[in-house]
Amino acid sequence: MGGPVNPGYTRHHPRWHRRRIPIFWWLEKASYTKFIARELTSLAVGYTALVLMLQVWSLARGPESYDRFVSWLQLRPVVALHIVMLGLLVYHSVTWLSLAPRALVLRFARRRLPGTVVLLMHYAAWLVASAAVLWLLVAG
Amino acid sequence: MTEPVTFQIQRYRPEVEDEPTWESFGVPCRSEWMILDALNHIKDHVDGSLSYRWACRMGVCGSCGMLVNGEPVLTCATYVTSVLPGPVRVEPLRGFPVMRDLVSDISDFVRKLESVKPWIVRKSEKSLEEGEYLQTPREMGEYEQYSMCINCMLCYSACPIYELEPDFLGPAVIALAQRYNLDSRDEGSEERMDILSRQDGIWCCTFVGECSAVCPKNVDPAGAIQRLKVTSTVHAFKSLLMPWAGR
Repeated sequence: MGGPVNPGYTRHHPRWHRRRIPIFWWLEKASYTKFIARELTSLAVGYTALVLMLQVWSLARGPESYDRFVSWLQLRPVVALHIVMLGLLVYHSVTWLSLAPRALVLRFARRRLPGTVVLLMHYAAWLVASAAVLWLLVAG
Repeated sequence: MTEPVTFQIQRYRPEVEDEPTWESFGVPCRSEWMILDALNHIKDHVDGSLSYRWACRMGVCGSCGMLVNGEPVLTCATYVTSVLPGPVRVEPLRGFPVMRDLVSDISDFVRKLESVKPWIVRKSEKSLEEGEYLQTPREMGEYEQYSMCINCMLCYSACPIYELEPDFLGPAVIALAQRYNLDSRDEGSEERMDILSRQDGIWCCTFVGECSAVCPKNVDPAGAIQRLKVTSTVHAFKSLLMPWAGR
C-alpha cells in the first residue's frame, strides 16, 4: 500500500472535511425557501413604515405638500406597487403571527392556553387595530 | 423485498482523498429493515471499512443520526421502505466537520453543551436529613418536553444558521438550557441566561423552525429559543426600568 496518498493527512493530524455552503442553500428545502421569503417580506414592512412616515411629514408641512403626496400615491405605478406591497405585508403578517404561539406561553387558571387560542388572540388584536385605523380614516 | 435497494453512500477517507465521494451498494433489504440495518449489512458483508456511529438501535442513544435523501433522521428509526424507491442517499450530518465516511466531529456541540451547565445548579445543597427535592407533576410538566432531548444533533443538521454561523450555540443546547431553567429545583438560570443572551446564543436564531420539524422526540427547540427571547427581553426591560429590583 505505501504511505497515504493524501499528503495533508497524518494519523495524528487528520483532516476533517467541512462542506462549502452553496450560495443558494435556501433553495435546498421548501422550508428554507419559505423562511427566506418571510425574512425578505420584512423589506415590505420597512417600506410601508417609510411611506407612512413620509405621509405624516408631508401633512406637517401643510396642505400643498400633503396634496402633492396624495397625488403621488394616486399614480398608477405607485398604486400597482402598493398592491404588491400589501400582498407581501399580508404574507409577512400571517407567517409571523403563526409563529407567535411557539414563543408565547400564556396561562389561564394555572393552565397553559392552547396555541390556537394564542393565535386567535393575535388575530383579534390585528382586527381591532385595523378597525381603529379604518375608523380614523372614515371619521377623518 | 425482491430487488436489491441501491444505497448511495458518501465516503470520505482522508488518507486517500481530498473531497468526499459517492459509492453505490446494492443491498438485499428485508421489508422490516431500518436504514441502519442496511448499513450494517454493507459493513458486515460488502465493505468492512465503511464507518458510521450507532449503539442502541432503538432511538434512545442518538448516535446514528445521518442525512437520508437530504433529511436528518435517526437511521435506526427510519424504515428502508419509507424512503423507496431508491437510490437512497446517505450522508453525514450537515454542519459538523466530517472525520470519515458518515462520522462527524461533534466536539463543538459537546463544548457548547457544557457551557450552559445542563444539570441542576443549587446555590446551596440541602443536607441529607432535610430529604429530597420535591416536585409536583405540574412543575415537572413545565420542562418535561425539553428533557426528552437525546443529543442526536439532527436539529443542528437541519439548522442552516448553525452551518452559516458556527459560533451559534444551536438548538439542542438552548433547549437543554431551557429544560434546567424551567426546573423548579434549579437555581442556575441567571448563569445560563448570561451565556444564552449573548449574540451567539438565542439572538442568532432567526426561527427557521426546521430544528423542531426534524426532532425525533418532539422537543421543539425552536419554541424553547423563542420563549427564551421573550424571557431575555423582559429581563432587559426590567433591569432598565427597575434597576433597583435586580434580576
